[in-house]
Amino acid sequence: MRVGLFLTCVNDTLYPDTGRAVVKLLTRLGVEVDFPMTQTCCGQAHYNTGYRHQAEPLAWHFSDVFGAYEAIVTPSGSCGAMVRELYPRMGERAAAEGRGDALTRALAPVVPKTFELTEFLVDVLGVTDVGACYPHKVTYHPTCHGLRGLGLADRPRRLLQAVRGLELVELPGAEECCGFGGTFALKNAELSAAMGADKVRSAESTGADVLCAADNSCLMHLGGTMSRLQSDMRPVHIAEILASAEEDPAV
Amino acid sequence: MSGTFVGMPAFPEAASRAVRDATLRGNLRHATHTIRAKRAQAVAELSDWAALRTAGMRIKEHTLRHLDRYLVQLEESVTAAGGTVHWALDAEEANRIVTRLVQETGESEVVKVKSMATQEIGLNEALAAEGIRAYETDLAELIVQLGKDRPSHILVPAIHRNRGEIRDIFRTEMGRWGRPAPEGLTDAPAELAEAARRHLREKFLRAKVGISGANFMVAETGTLVVVESEGNGRMCLTLPQTLISVVGIEKVVPAWRDLEVFLQTLPRSATAERMNPYTSMWTGTTDGDGPRTFHLVLLDNGRTDTLADRVGRQALRCIRCSACLNVCPVYERAGGHAYGSVYPGPIGAILSPQLRGTASAIDASLPYASSLCGACYDVCPVAIDIPEVLVHLRERVVEGGPAVREGNRVVLKPAKGHAAERAAMRAARWAFTRPGALRAGQRLASGTRRLHPRTLPGPGRAWSGTRDLPAVPVEPFRDWWQRTHGGKEGTG
Ligand code: SF4
Repeated sequence: MRVGLFLTCVNDTLYPDTGRAVVKLLTRLGVEVDFPMTQTCCGQAHYNTGYRHQAEPLAWHFSDVFGAYEAIVTPSGSCGAMVRELYPRMGERAAAEGRGDALTRALAPVVPKTFELTEFLVDVLGVTDVGACYPHKVTYHPTCHGLRGLGLADRPRRLLQAVRGLELVELPGAEECCGFGGTFALKNAELSAAMGADKVRSAESTGADVLCAADNSCLMHLGGTMSRLQSDMRPVHIAEILASAEEDPAV
Repeated sequence: MSGTFVGMPAFPEAASRAVRDATLRGNLRHATHTIRAKRAQAVAELSDWAALRTAGMRIKEHTLRHLDRYLVQLEESVTAAGGTVHWALDAEEANRIVTRLVQETGESEVVKVKSMATQEIGLNEALAAEGIRAYETDLAELIVQLGKDRPSHILVPAIHRNRGEIRDIFRTEMGRWGRPAPEGLTDAPAELAEAARRHLREKFLRAKVGISGANFMVAETGTLVVVESEGNGRMCLTLPQTLISVVGIEKVVPAWRDLEVFLQTLPRSATAERMNPYTSMWTGTTDGDGPRTFHLVLLDNGRTDTLADRVGRQALRCIRCSACLNVCPVYERAGGHAYGSVYPGPIGAILSPQLRGTASAIDASLPYASSLCGACYDVCPVAIDIPEVLVHLRERVVEGGPAVREGNRVVLKPAKGHAAERAAMRAARWAFTRPGALRAGQRLASGTRRLHPRTLPGPGRAWSGTRDLPAVPVEPFRDWWQRTHGGKEGTG
């Protein structure tokens, strides 16, 4: 199977290790990964801040770049939810504004083929044990768009539980938002920071050394909070844990 | 809308103040977390919750689509049952009608049972201006009124107060309004309740005019329904000679049978009860039982405008259960007052900017008072997609666009203060539709990575005041990919 890796602009620019981990993991599982170089951004920040019309060209661009792949995989719950949940809505809104169904038709081939990484592993490849080894105490934060947007449910936890050496501890209040929320983090900075600090404290209360999530945007906010609070915890993307192997461990 | 909250600072400012108030945060956290857990349990007891939620949504959708028809039917039913119906286009008209109706009774005092519609229009203040004193009789409303405060929750308006604060308010204020608090009142819940009961009983027995809201109005029978848990409402609805109900036009349901759905979903979502303690229903007037005169004031006040909006109209399905407030992490930390309206929390963030428009600073900031986490949508018993409406209203704020105001189609201009953001979004879109430009930007960032501070000046301070920035990597992913997989570069 040949999949298109949609890495997202945040991962590409700031978290290339996550991208390398996805490539390593999928290759190990026998998947042929391609990274189309013309990919950019899904337009989520535009859309969620109220610039739907600015997001539309990015949806068009996404369909051009990824239309030909059997499946599209992304290590981001929120960008995955953008494509799967919000792209169809953008198509409907364009039609309602009298611009016809061209956008809907352009998006039809990419929307159902787009999978968040853990979804792809469990639902498409049918694996929960990906042969990883990661001897650390880990707590998992299910991000809002993964949890409520895509309905990832316990897929990430099942994958983590199958990792050798990994001790998974439950995060109290796991389903509460970490406070990132895209431009919310800037527009309501104090609220966002208070939510982030509460999340970090509840993660610390588990005694874990690693806070894991399936979205680097939330981890950027939480990692920045940890750094400021001088916490001993580390934020780690789930792809990096799942890619970690005994002979080639992640730190 | 009411003058009560005019001049509120924008949401972020008001919320920051609340975030720093440790007592307030503690009170709110305790209250919302307790009710949150109980609600989840009460909902889990019903195996058909999802079906009830869909049914509630459909009934409300259907009613809103044919609102004109059901309102006319309601008017006919109420009139046939001996009541009188009045139509009020806005707050001013509603206040004028109610004031006149009270004046016609010759009374200068009224008792009130929890009615958000009358708070929305600022009725108490309008009555006071005409020399009529309105007494709130719901316990939490009483606390708010005595404390010269504002409600901060839909169902528990005094949620931001703890018992000690309530005792102090009772001690100092009750005497000015009627029967004083007993000597040596402590903060024991039983004592506080007893003090309120005695204070209120005097009012109930004296009052000749009652003013209420309603949770539902049944078009086919003309029946009004009030759902409450203290019984004070029932006193207000049955003891006075004249009853005036002020109700938003969206509260109508077509048939008696529709109540079957809402009387299951409302109490479970609101107070986590299987059935709420007092459900009072009345249909017009009946000889020898209850008020002799009944008036229904049907309030529009921006609702028809809201109905005209394809995405935003779903806010009118709201049954005011407050489940979305109790589950909202932003409400939990910002408190109800920060929303500058009688409708706080997630529903307030979408309802107020629609009823009032987005012209004021507070109304333009409300659509952003959310991290879009979606918890509110999950718990809403009528499945209002609050995040969807928030994003839609953000669009109205930053891009302007068509809307209906006072019944007229208008094209709104973008709100002020978003010019820099709009330019940044355009620039980002420009770069993102040109992969080469994006790559150049990344290379520049990587090349200068050692120079990057972990905190930022200017607008970025909002981020870095409390969080460190991530370090920029040596090489963006796409450069690594090209270096290592360059031979089989993607198709795009
Ligand atoms: S929006 Fe939904 S959850 Fe919130 S108060 Fe209204 S009915 Fe309840």
